[in-house]
Amino acid sequence: MLLRHTNTEIKPRKALTVNPAKTCQPIGAMYAALGIHNCLPHSHGSQGCCAYHRSTLTRHFREPVMAATSSFTEGSSVFGGQANLIQAIDNIFTTYAPDIIAVHTTCLSETIGDDVNQIANKAKKDGKIPKGKHVIHASTPSYVGSHVTGFSNMTKAMVTYFSECTGKPNGKFNIIPGFVEPSDMSEIKRMVKAMGIKPILFPDTSNVLNGPQTGRYKMFPQGGITEAELVSTGDSEGTIALGPLASADAARALDTKWRVPCQVQDLPIGLSATDRFIDALRIVAGVSVPDEITRERGQLLDVITDMHQYFYHKKVALAGDPDHLIPLVEFLVSIDMLPVHIVTGTPGKAFEKRIKELTDHLPCPVNVKVGGDMFLLHQWIKNDPVDLLIANTYGKYMARDDDIPFARFGFPILDRVGHSYFPTVGYMGGIRILEKILDVMMDRMDRDAPEESFELVM
Amino acid sequence: MSTAIKEIKKTRPVKPLDPEKIKQELLAKYPPKVARKRSKQILVNKKDEDGKIPSIGANVRTVPGIITQRGCSYAGCKGVILGPTRDIVNITHGPIGCGFYSWLTRRNQTRPASDQDDNFMTYCFSTDMQDEDIVFGGEKKLKSAIQEAYDAFKPKAISIFSTCPVGLIGDDVHAVAREMKEKLGINIFGFSCEGYRGVSQSAGHHIANNGIFTHVVGKDDTIKDADYKINLLGEYNIGGDGFEIDRILDACGISVVSTFSGNSTYDQFANSHTADLNTVMCHRSINYVADMMELKYGIPWIKINFIGAKSTAKSLRKIAAYFDEPALIKKVEMVIEREMPEVEAVSEDVKKRCEGKVAMLFVGGSRAHHYQELFREIGMKTVSAGYEFAHRDDYEGRAVIPDIKIDADSRNIEELDIEKDPEKYRPRKTPEEMASLANKGVPFKKYDGMMPEMAEGSLIIDDVSQYETELLLKIYKPDIYCAGIKEKYAIQKSGIPMKQLHSYDSGGPYAGFKGAINFYKEIDRMVNSNVWRFLEAPWQSHPELSAKYVWE
Repeated sequence: MLLRHTNTEIKPRKALTVNPAKTCQPIGAMYAALGIHNCLPHSHGSQGCCAYHRSTLTRHFREPVMAATSSFTEGSSVFGGQANLIQAIDNIFTTYAPDIIAVHTTCLSETIGDDVNQIANKAKKDGKIPKGKHVIHASTPSYVGSHVTGFSNMTKAMVTYFSECTGKPNGKFNIIPGFVEPSDMSEIKRMVKAMGIKPILFPDTSNVLNGPQTGRYKMFPQGGITEAELVSTGDSEGTIALGPLASADAARALDTKWRVPCQVQDLPIGLSATDRFIDALRIVAGVSVPDEITRERGQLLDVITDMHQYFYHKKVALAGDPDHLIPLVEFLVSIDMLPVHIVTGTPGKAFEKRIKELTDHLPCPVNVKVGGDMFLLHQWIKNDPVDLLIANTYGKYMARDDDIPFARFGFPILDRVGHSYFPTVGYMGGIRILEKILDVMMDRMDRDAPEESFELVM
Repeated sequence: MSTAIKEIKKTRPVKPLDPEKIKQELLAKYPPKVARKRSKQILVNKKDEDGKIPSIGANVRTVPGIITQRGCSYAGCKGVILGPTRDIVNITHGPIGCGFYSWLTRRNQTRPASDQDDNFMTYCFSTDMQDEDIVFGGEKKLKSAIQEAYDAFKPKAISIFSTCPVGLIGDDVHAVAREMKEKLGINIFGFSCEGYRGVSQSAGHHIANNGIFTHVVGKDDTIKDADYKINLLGEYNIGGDGFEIDRILDACGISVVSTFSGNSTYDQFANSHTADLNTVMCHRSINYVADMMELKYGIPWIKINFIGAKSTAKSLRKIAAYFDEPALIKKVEMVIEREMPEVEAVSEDVKKRCEGKVAMLFVGGSRAHHYQELFREIGMKTVSAGYEFAHRDDYEGRAVIPDIKIDADSRNIEELDIEKDPEKYRPRKTPEEMASLANKGVPFKKYDGMMPEMAEGSLIIDDVSQYETELLLKIYKPDIYCAGIKEKYAIQKSGIPMKQLHSYDSGGPYAGFKGAINFYKEIDRMVNSNVWRFLEAPWQSHPELSAKYVWE
């Protein structure tokens, strides 16, 4: 047994986290910053964080993930990291020539209280920031929130630093896609464009973290939202923020800054959340939904009706990020599955309330915990077994020990490909989620069926 | 020859490259101060008239913003040295990231003796510090976390790893460890391995060595009934390397008392001072323990290397020579004779396709040296190599240690004062025996480093940056580049095969005889892969429009 010490006796823990269902802020900020064209993320802290964050993103995407670091030493940890950051800015612009350096912080620089704004201003005064180039910054203390919070903070910084209002509407809509895969960002763009709406999608990691093999390495790939588009977000008709934790702050900042009206929606995962997204787009932009989108919705519905017998009342355990889990649980409930154990490591009271609302009519008890971990989830599963586990790669240890069909979902996925190429958002993404679920559950049926009931047609 | 190989051969520079010029090219773009600093860390391997190799700048602080591949002290301490021990509950005291990123990401394979044995490798334990812990201190939470870990897991020992903020807010993890040790009656100890200490993972190695030596080594005096008892120091069982080494040693009748620290247990560390010889695989990470064990317990150490079939054979012979018993020497020769034919058959076969190809290695603090041997065995040449965080002795050999100046950034890494243990010190050999063994090719406490074994004119680069890597690829067009996950995909996207020598790209083992075979085959697969000839789409290699508008 790989998790041989996980037993059924649940003792309350206040201080010890075991097998977390979250990670820390800066990795989210680094991911967001990679969604800006010609931008180099910079980690203002000791270099270990930067190495870890790059490694994890690289393992997840199997793509180069570039970022620089201030490489704090003990001296700078005591006297402040100003000299390190100014030197870093100079070296980065000289050697790597990005248009933008997006600085995030770590628990080190946050604890000592470095003022990155002031340092960046000094760098500017000292002539270390070439004309037309920018240093932007988000404060991302690792001891607050989770990687999702870091993503949110850097996305908000894009608004703070770049959004301008010329008074001349650009006729576009800002879409903040949330902490989702590059493939999901493409899919969201595709849906928005199919509605006849011109999007400014930020951040946008499509074509950055799912780029092609060409035999030529480009440090700054083709994708990413451009500076000009970011500037123009203040002239947009409105903003739709997908996923409240990851995207709402940026949308509200834009509303506050330039009165760009915003709506915060769930991530368009599954049927109902995608319905709400499409309907919101339709209403705010005053457009009608094209047949293409309605047909896709029908196709998703078709798969649900076709395969309903395999979903009905199957118990599911889930771990992941709140923005992902809320629409996903809603989706599972809508196809008559029973999400019974749900944990997220990301703090925020709204989560438990929302999950309880979505599951209160289910014919079984539901465990939900904010600030929970995978150790707790596993204990719940041992006490009340499930038919399916949905989690990031770390779920595979539970799945193997307790022989549970396992669908990989969320961040990080370190042991399979596909997630960065094929979306799980929108109606088409919904079909992919169902395919993933069915594949693992039906493989299990095939494996376990007695010979006489091993079915050709299922 | 496939078109792929032809294509690559074609692009290889035919004129011999001038390494001094290349060095200048690598430095040209940097701001002057950075160029000056990097210039000490980049050098051409060339002996002077007295046969002395040049000296390199190493183990110095990283240039901010240069895009280093280095990690931190916590990674060196928890991630590398103490993570692989299966039955200690390792609690990361800090915000969640550090614990999360070091959770199962190094491939230290673990095989507990039975289902009943403790194995915490698959778990990540953290105090998950929140802002209130930063403001009011995290000692109370740490104490509760230790209590909760004890209640839930009843481990033999618990250790605590400090992360960046811990040192800054002044949490005293050592005091907490002492208090909880007293309370719970199990061994509990802490490590001040805050990420900002030192300049790289290396500081963490030293801190880990000191801690494990102080708190665990020597706690169990049981003498095992076995012949030829050795410790294997600095072998972390990545991809099963340690298992393969164990298999070979076992076949030779050599007993491993403890491995530092692949597939290790608390009890092995506690008992390690009963061995009669320390063998050092990764010099950088574990030479401190080797030195301290010699001073305190009288166990001599020798450098060995189980990467490469010839090195493996040589290392086995060294160990046999040390014990100097005909039965052992005979058995070792038998094992080598039995294992080598298969190794040679594969290397001969692979050599046909790999001979003359060019490799570059930029890995941690040890492998950039050791793996050159494997490449040599299949006829490949290493033109440039370097470490992330090795010290001058790993480059130039331990003879330079007296000349190494500890700079301000590393001065706060504690050096323990070790004295002979009044009861347990027992010299394993007389000084005369030691001298005679040294004469017979078993030099003690000796490691010559990477540079003397490298060809004249090869380029040695310490703490290579992303920029330098890209330029090296353009200039040398190597057939394979070896480094880690952060470098992997940028290099591969440049159309050059990239082998990870930290994680082995999920492969391995590469140590020992079987490992050598695995490695030869892997390199053959990579440098001769079909994929490289598809990089251009047909319409890119023939962009001109043909005049034909009808089907032929």
